[in-house]
Amino acid sequence: MYNLLMSVDPFAIDWSRAQFALTAIYHWLFVPLTLGLAVVMGIMETCYYRTKNVFWKDVAKFWQRLFGINFAMGVATGIILEFEFGTNWSNYSWFVGDIFGAPLAIEGIVAFFLESTFVAVMFFGWKKVSPGFHLASTWLTGVGATLSAWWILVANAWMQYPVGCEFNPDTVRNEMTSFADVALSPFAIDKFFHTVISSWIVGAVFVVAVSSWYLIKKRDQRLARESMKIGAVFGLVASLLAAFTGDLSAVKVAKVQPMKLAAMEALYDGGNGVSLTAFAAVNPFRQPDYAAGGEPPLRIGIPYGLSILATHDPQGFVPGVNDILNGYVRPDGTRELSAEEKMEKGRIAINTLARYRERKAANADSSELAGLNDTLQANMPYFGYGYIKDKAELVPYIPLCFYAFRVMVGLGAYFILLFAVIIFLLYKRDIQKYGYLLWLGVLSLPLAYIASEAGWIVAEMGRQPWAIQDLLPTCAAVSDISAGSVAVTFFIFLALFTTLLAVEVNILCKQIKKGPEYTAN
Amino acid sequence: MTYEFLQHYWWLVVSLLGALLVFLMFVQGANSMIFSLGRTEEEQRMVVNSTGRKWELTFTTLVTFGGAFFASFPLFYSTSFGGAYWLWMLILFSFVLQAVSYEFQNKLGNLLGTRTFRWFLVANGILGPLLLGGAVATFFNGSNFIVDKNNIAGGLQPVISRWANSSGGLDALLDVWNLVLGFAVFFLARVLGTLYVRNNVNDENIRNRCGVRLLGAAVPFLILFVAFVLHVLLKDGYAYDAATGEISIVPGKYLDNMLTMWYVFAVFVAGVALVLYAIAKSVLDKTYIKGIWPAGIGVVLTVLALLLCAGWNGTAYYPSNADLQSSLTIANSSSSEFTLSVMAVVSLLVPFVLAYIAYVWRAMDRKKIDKAELGTDEMY
Repeated sequence: MYNLLMSVDPFAIDWSRAQFALTAIYHWLFVPLTLGLAVVMGIMETCYYRTKNVFWKDVAKFWQRLFGINFAMGVATGIILEFEFGTNWSNYSWFVGDIFGAPLAIEGIVAFFLESTFVAVMFFGWKKVSPGFHLASTWLTGVGATLSAWWILVANAWMQYPVGCEFNPDTVRNEMTSFADVALSPFAIDKFFHTVISSWIVGAVFVVAVSSWYLIKKRDQRLARESMKIGAVFGLVASLLAAFTGDLSAVKVAKVQPMKLAAMEALYDGGNGVSLTAFAAVNPFRQPDYAAGGEPPLRIGIPYGLSILATHDPQGFVPGVNDILNGYVRPDGTRELSAEEKMEKGRIAINTLARYRERKAANADSSELAGLNDTLQANMPYFGYGYIKDKAELVPYIPLCFYAFRVMVGLGAYFILLFAVIIFLLYKRDIQKYGYLLWLGVLSLPLAYIASEAGWIVAEMGRQPWAIQDLLPTCAAVSDISAGSVAVTFFIFLALFTTLLAVEVNILCKQIKKGPEYTAN
Repeated sequence: MTYEFLQHYWWLVVSLLGALLVFLMFVQGANSMIFSLGRTEEEQRMVVNSTGRKWELTFTTLVTFGGAFFASFPLFYSTSFGGAYWLWMLILFSFVLQAVSYEFQNKLGNLLGTRTFRWFLVANGILGPLLLGGAVATFFNGSNFIVDKNNIAGGLQPVISRWANSSGGLDALLDVWNLVLGFAVFFLARVLGTLYVRNNVNDENIRNRCGVRLLGAAVPFLILFVAFVLHVLLKDGYAYDAATGEISIVPGKYLDNMLTMWYVFAVFVAGVALVLYAIAKSVLDKTYIKGIWPAGIGVVLTVLALLLCAGWNGTAYYPSNADLQSSLTIANSSSSEFTLSVMAVVSLLVPFVLAYIAYVWRAMDRKKIDKAELGTDEMY
């Protein structure tokens, strides 16, 4: 068993991971703005529909034009991700395709067509359909994009918390047993709300940044002020909701992916009443010596903070990396197995599967097969551990998770403050007198993207080495392709997406500089 | 609903999506002729804007086709995509370029210039149909792959599906019959492209050029299509035994499928007749601009019938030339009965989706694209 993994090219795994990370990170540069701007321009067009004031039509059209430039890149980068599950992760596609394929198909049928049909009406239909139909089309474009996010996040959540399935040794795959468990997984619900709401922040910051620039330049001031009001209020609501849903997500992660939480916090040894790390000098360039125990240098903790965050109880137990690797007793008295015990059970599961297949092919009697299946099912929750050669593989790269988490949370708090101040100045003062704040609004735009990407880095790097939590590590999920081929496509994607990103940013800048086109009265 | 019924039903759904995708590749067909249908900047913009209001439907159908295949026949997804790596990557690269080119081509500050993005559209217009057609031809001609599910728990490699050579699927392009269907689909896309633009653009010059290009595409299409169909009907096919799952080569299998499944054959004949009618009427009557509709319906019916012929009636739809018993059938590659049942319920939404697409299409196409519209801000 151990030897078989030696024949998988480790570079093919690394390049495939790098390629998926690259394409996903690029895709996520465009999706949050699509989700966020969809709501903003929907609100603006609704203002036009209700007031019949042509100013709002011009405002809506201006933001829709920027939306369209960004939307194209989201579509272009998105198609790759779906097909990469087949091209680069073919074992994965069979092993869990029975469950994972369904959300992708539903996304296409329910969401993509809605989005792609009505987006054409939104862009080209102002003179072709009634104002009501056009407004509905604008909102349906946003609904389509959001529904798309729902199904893709259902799929992603299932990878982090596989539920509603059972392993079938005859087909050698996991098969769905409950669609409701998959589609309405609590992990998926939290993930959806946190991800979509945090995307709204990106849309809101974008509106604030562009509006700030107009105010700095003292041009298109009415559009800028009205847009900024909508953007800032929308952004404040989204920021507060993102903090709330982030808290719910953290509780879920603590329950089902404790290693991810331990990595996010650089928590080597857990316990009760654990403090939250406010600051620590974790070396960003190498994996810390967590096995030695203790805590990172210069650590400053907020008393009971992590226990409250993870369990909503100041005295709640939070396991650290070493607890998870060595096994621990949960608060309810049950015992969490050590990594070695899980790896042993995983090996039993894999060897029993091989034996089952062998005996089945030899037409063994049903009672013998049933016995083997019982052993397999009993050890199946640890199946993926059978591919792990060293328990150190079970620990994600701590520095990346640690810093990405802090960037995400820190910037999330900053946006609450930023939006609150902007709203105060917009309604109580003359915001144009606060030039530094307007510049801060402009400069906050890249921060919104950094926060959004950091969230995904925490979610995805924090679950390594798993393609599917506990069931399939990336080393057993990869396709039989040469590292050279994937390296070549990686660099093609890098060159292609970077070039197209540069084009998009330049077009957006020119479009913003050109400004809105006002309808003559 | 039995498991077998669901497998057949899902092959029908996937085939229908594939057939709709081939129809919607009129976008690619027209794009491959941007510079010949439009000689001036204005004319080229009209062509680009004409396909530019439909490209997302083609793109979405491709994505949904992939998703539906994944959900219903995951072993195909894992085997074909993982094995024919380069073939699929080339297809994807061309579609990535297409997706941004509409929005970027006429925008201030696009860095690469209008012509570059239009050439990207041309590249996708050629490569998309050619490579997708070549990939579909492997349903009849086979590919070089090996599937061994035992590998997950033993064997030389833990990977279930492997390509039998290092070509990454490009070996499919060495089979002349794959190329024949690839070029047939390419010329078909151009036929559909000319019919669509003729209907959608109200410009005398462009409509006249569509007539010329239609003939130039229809002749090679018909020759290649007839050659491929004759080849398929006369060649050996890949059958499987429903009881044992054993796969064997059966002479005249596809001809037998057409005769046994007479209703599929009837659909095929009706489809071909509609395509021929649309081409003939459009060539003979210069004022006839509705050819896209009979041709479109005809293409959907024809492709649907061919794909049903490839997968129904105990036929291995994705044959392996490297290891016959690795060939994929709708029985050995499908999702579980439960998943297919759930997805069957979801598929009931498809008619609603088609209905609102048809409604929006009609609303948006009521007024044809013309030069006057180019001056407005609602154009690419």
